[in-house]
Amino acid sequence: MANTVTAPAKVAVQMTVNGTEYSAEVEPRLLLVHFLRDNLGLTGTHVGCDTSQCGACVVDVNGASVKSCTVLAVQADGAEVTTIEGVAKDGEYDPVQRGFWEMHGLQCGYCTPGMIMSARALLRRNPNPSEDEIRHGLEGNLCRCTGYQNIVRAVTYAAGEINGTGGAESVAAWEQRVAGQAS
Amino acid sequence: MSAAVEVPEKLVGKPIKRREDPRLITGAGNFLDDVRLPGMAHMAVLRSPYGHANIRGIDTSRAKAMPGVVGVFTGEDLKDVNPLPCAWQAGKVQNNVNTPRVLALGKVTHVGDPVAVVVADSRYQAEDALAAIEVDYEELPAVVDAELATRDGAPQLHENAPHNVVMQWSCGKEAAEVDAALAAADVRVSERIRNQRLIANAMEPRGSVGRYDAGTGEYTLWATSQAPHVHRLLTAAFVLGVPEQKIRVIAPDVGGGFGSKIFLYFDMPLVLWLSKATGRPVKFFEDRSENYLHTAQGRDHITDVEIGATKDGKITALKVKTYANLGGYLSTVAPGIPTTLYGRMVAGCYKIPNIHVDVTGVYTNTAMVDAYRGAGRPEAAYLVERVCDLVADATGVDPADVRRRNFIQPGDFPYDTGIGMLPYDSGNYEPALDRALEMVGYQDLLKEQAKRRADGSGKLIGIGLSSYVEVCGIAPSKWIGLPGEGWGAGLWESANVRVHLTGKVVVTTGSLPHGQGHETTFAQLVADELGVPYDDVQIEHSDTLGTPFGFGTYGSRSLTVGGTAIYKSVAKVREKAKQLAAHLLEASPDDIVFEGGKAYVKGSPDAVKTIQDLALAAHVGYDLPEGMEPTLEATTFYDPPNCTFPFGTHVCVVEVDRETGQLEVVRYVAVDDVGNVVNPLIVDGQLHGGIAQGLAQALYEGAVYNEIGELVTGTLNEYAIPKASMVPVYELDRTVTPSPVNPMGAKGAGEAGTIAATPAVANAVIDAVSHLGVKNIDMPLTPERVWRAMHNA
Repeated sequence: MANTVTAPAKVAVQMTVNGTEYSAEVEPRLLLVHFLRDNLGLTGTHVGCDTSQCGACVVDVNGASVKSCTVLAVQADGAEVTTIEGVAKDGEYDPVQRGFWEMHGLQCGYCTPGMIMSARALLRRNPNPSEDEIRHGLEGNLCRCTGYQNIVRAVTYAAGEINGTGGAESVAAWEQRVAGQAS
Repeated sequence: MSAAVEVPEKLVGKPIKRREDPRLITGAGNFLDDVRLPGMAHMAVLRSPYGHANIRGIDTSRAKAMPGVVGVFTGEDLKDVNPLPCAWQAGKVQNNVNTPRVLALGKVTHVGDPVAVVVADSRYQAEDALAAIEVDYEELPAVVDAELATRDGAPQLHENAPHNVVMQWSCGKEAAEVDAALAAADVRVSERIRNQRLIANAMEPRGSVGRYDAGTGEYTLWATSQAPHVHRLLTAAFVLGVPEQKIRVIAPDVGGGFGSKIFLYFDMPLVLWLSKATGRPVKFFEDRSENYLHTAQGRDHITDVEIGATKDGKITALKVKTYANLGGYLSTVAPGIPTTLYGRMVAGCYKIPNIHVDVTGVYTNTAMVDAYRGAGRPEAAYLVERVCDLVADATGVDPADVRRRNFIQPGDFPYDTGIGMLPYDSGNYEPALDRALEMVGYQDLLKEQAKRRADGSGKLIGIGLSSYVEVCGIAPSKWIGLPGEGWGAGLWESANVRVHLTGKVVVTTGSLPHGQGHETTFAQLVADELGVPYDDVQIEHSDTLGTPFGFGTYGSRSLTVGGTAIYKSVAKVREKAKQLAAHLLEASPDDIVFEGGKAYVKGSPDAVKTIQDLALAAHVGYDLPEGMEPTLEATTFYDPPNCTFPFGTHVCVVEVDRETGQLEVVRYVAVDDVGNVVNPLIVDGQLHGGIAQGLAQALYEGAVYNEIGELVTGTLNEYAIPKASMVPVYELDRTVTPSPVNPMGAKGAGEAGTIAATPAVANAVIDAVSHLGVKNIDMPLTPERVWRAMHNA
C-alpha cells in the first residue's frame, strides 16, 4: 500500500524588501521573482528566460546578487532583499544608475534592472575593475541591444564616481587606453 | 550678421541623453508582463512536440477539472476564426498561401505549433493543467532543409504547395543573358554560400493581454508590438471579423524587437477571443523556450552563386540561386524578405552589369521565418561581400581594390542597379572605405599578415572588409504596395503636432520605440523646428487610441519616414503661426520672420509674438484672421518619394590560432554613413548593437533543427547570443552624405551595423586561413569549423 504524504499547500515567508518587512503565505514552489513581481508588485525585476541565463531577474539577497528566477521565495525566508526599486535613495540615483543614463548603457531597458544589480555587486567586490573584469563580471547578464560597449562605459563611469576619480574622467581615460591600443 | 532675436541653441546633432531612461533605470518601466488587470486570468499554451503530425483527437476533460482552470480551448473551438493573414504575398504567392490558424486544426507543421490553451486563475495553475491535456498525434515524416524539401519524395506540408514551394521568384536580366556573360568572363568562380537561421532574441519575450468590455462591446489588446495599428487592422478585419474601431491596441514599453514583434501572432486575436469567452481579462507571456519554438526567426538561405569577373577584378556577371526557408507556414510579411529586400539588393554598392537572381521560397517543418534585423539585406550583403573576396582570391587583386574598382561612383546617383530596386538616393562609397582602412592601419596589417605567414610566428592574422549599402524607410506606397509583388498596402507614416493653449507641444506618431529613443530624438527635432523648449515637447505613441494610423517601426524607418511626417507637421504649424502673427502684428504674412519660436515683422524684432502667445491666441480664438480655424495643430501623412540607402565600410581583424582554430576579434572598425544625425549618442548605440548581432551571426549563433524537426538549440544555453566578454571594442567613425529624400537628410541607422558586420567578420576569419587554400567556411565560424577548414583545404 502506498504511503500518503501531505505537502503543505502554503508556507509562511517573511522577508525585508527594499527596507520594508513583508510576510505572506505562499506555495512552496513559488519563485522569488514571482513573489516580488506578483505578490509585492515590484515589477522592475524582469523575467527574460526560463533557464537562468539572461540575468534580467537579478536582485540582491543578503548582499549577494542572485537570479531570482532560480530561487524559491521560501529560500529567501528571513532575508534582506534589494530590488531595482530600492536602489535610488531619496530620489537620488545610485552611481551605477547614473552611469547607465550618462553613457547610454541601455536601449530597450528590459535587461537594465538586472544589469544594474549585477554591476553594483561587481563594484562592491571590485571598485576599480578593468574593462576585462567588467566584461567577465557581467557574463551572467545578457543584453541584445547595446552590444555591451556602453555598458562597459556605464560601469566604468560608476566606478569612477565611487572611487573618486570621476565618472566622465574614468570613461575618458578608458577611451584613451582603447585608442592607444588601436594605434 | 547676428540673429535679430535670441535663438535657442539647436539640439539636432547633439548627444542628448535619453528622456526614456529615468523610468527604465529605476524599475518603473511598464512592460507587457507588468500589465495587471482586475480579475485577470492567465493563458498557457500546449504546443506540438512533433515537427509534423496529424492531430487525431484532443481530450481536455481532465484538464478542465484541474484547480483554478477557467477553460481549455482547442482549434475546434476556434474553427470559425480566420487564419492569420499573410500581408506581403510577394512572388505572386496566391494559391499556396498557408498561414497559421489561431490554434492548430487537424495538423501541426513544426515543434511548438500551438495546439491547445488553458486559461486559469494563475500561470502556475494554467501550466499544471497543460500536462493533463491528452493529444492523439499521428506523426508524419518531417523535412527541415529548404533544398531537400523541394526534392521528389520529400514530405509534403500543405496540399496546395507541391514540392513545398511557396514561390519561384526572379529578378534582373534573363538567365540566358547572364549565362552568356559568365561564359565570356576571364575569371569564373562559383560557391555555395549559406546564411544560417537566426533567432532574434529580444530580451523581453512576446506576450499579449486581452480585455473584452461586455458593456461597450470594445476590446483592448496590450501587445509586445512594433506595429499596433497594423495589429489592430489584421486582428479586427482579417482574423476575428470584429469592426476595427472596436479594438484598441496598446504597445507598452517594448523590450526589444529586432523585427520579431512586427508580425501578427496567434495570441493577439486569441486573448481577445478568450476574454470574451471567459468574461475575464486574459494574459499570455511566453517563456524564452516558447519564444525559441514559435516566434518568427530570421535568414536561413542556401545560395549557389556563379561569378564572372575580369582579370583585374571587375565583376561582370552574377547568377544567384537561393532557397529561402520560410518555415511551416507563412508569417505576416515573410515572402517579401527574400524577394524585394534580398534579391533586389544583391548588387550591393557595386556596378555589376549582368545579374540574375532566382529565389525559391520553401515550406519546411520549422518555425516561421520572417524579418529579423536587416531582413534580406544582411543576406544580400553577406553574399556580395563574400563574392568580392572570392573575386579577390581568384584574381589576386587586393580585396580593398576589388571593392574600389566596382564601386558605384558619386556622379552616378541616383543609381539604378537594374534589378528592380528603386534608385539608390545618394552615396560616396570610397571615402568611407579609405577612412576605415586608415583607421585600422590596413597596409601595416597586410605586412604583418604576410610576415607571420612566411615565418610561422605568432597567430594568423585575418583582415575582413565589408562595404555595404542597404535600403531603409521602404517606400513609396505606389512601389511597395503593388499587389503581387509589394504588400498590397502603403508604407507612409503619420504625425500630428499640436501646440496646446499653454504652449506645450504634444506630438503623436505612428512609429514607436522598442529601444531606439524616439521620445528623445523626435523631441530634439520638434524643439529645434518650432523653437520651443525641449522639455515642453511630449511624444505620444504606441496606442491606437489617440494616434492616427501609422505603420510602426522596422526597416530603419522611424526617423526617415516618421520623423519627416513630424517635420512637415511642424512646418505647417509654423506657417499657421506666421499667418496669425501677421494678423496680430497688422502686417503681411510675407513680411513675418519666424525664428527660434518667435515671430516679428521684418526689421522690427522688438515687437515679437512668441509661439506660446500665438498658441494662446489660436485657442481662445476671438481674434483670428478671417477664415482661420481655431487651435494650432497639423497632421501629415508622409509617403516618401524613395527609400534611403545608408552605406559604409567595416573592417574586422582577427587572430587565429594555428593549432586549434581558436579565434579572437582584435579590432573592429566601422565607418558608417547614415546621412545627417539627430542624436549621435543614440545612433552610435544602434550601430554598436547592430554590429554585435552581425558579429554574433558570423561567430556564434545558429538555430539548428534535427531531421525530425526538433530545435536542438532551444534555449539560451545552446543558442549562443553574445555575452559582454564575447564582443570586441567597436571603433566608430562617420562620413556624412545627406539623403535628398527627406528634409533632414537622414538615411537610417537601425540595421546598418548588423548588415555590415557579418561579412566583415566572416571575411576576416576566412582571410586568416585563405593562404591554405580555404575559399569559404559556413557560419557560425566556430574554432572547430575553422580548424577543419585549415586541415581539409
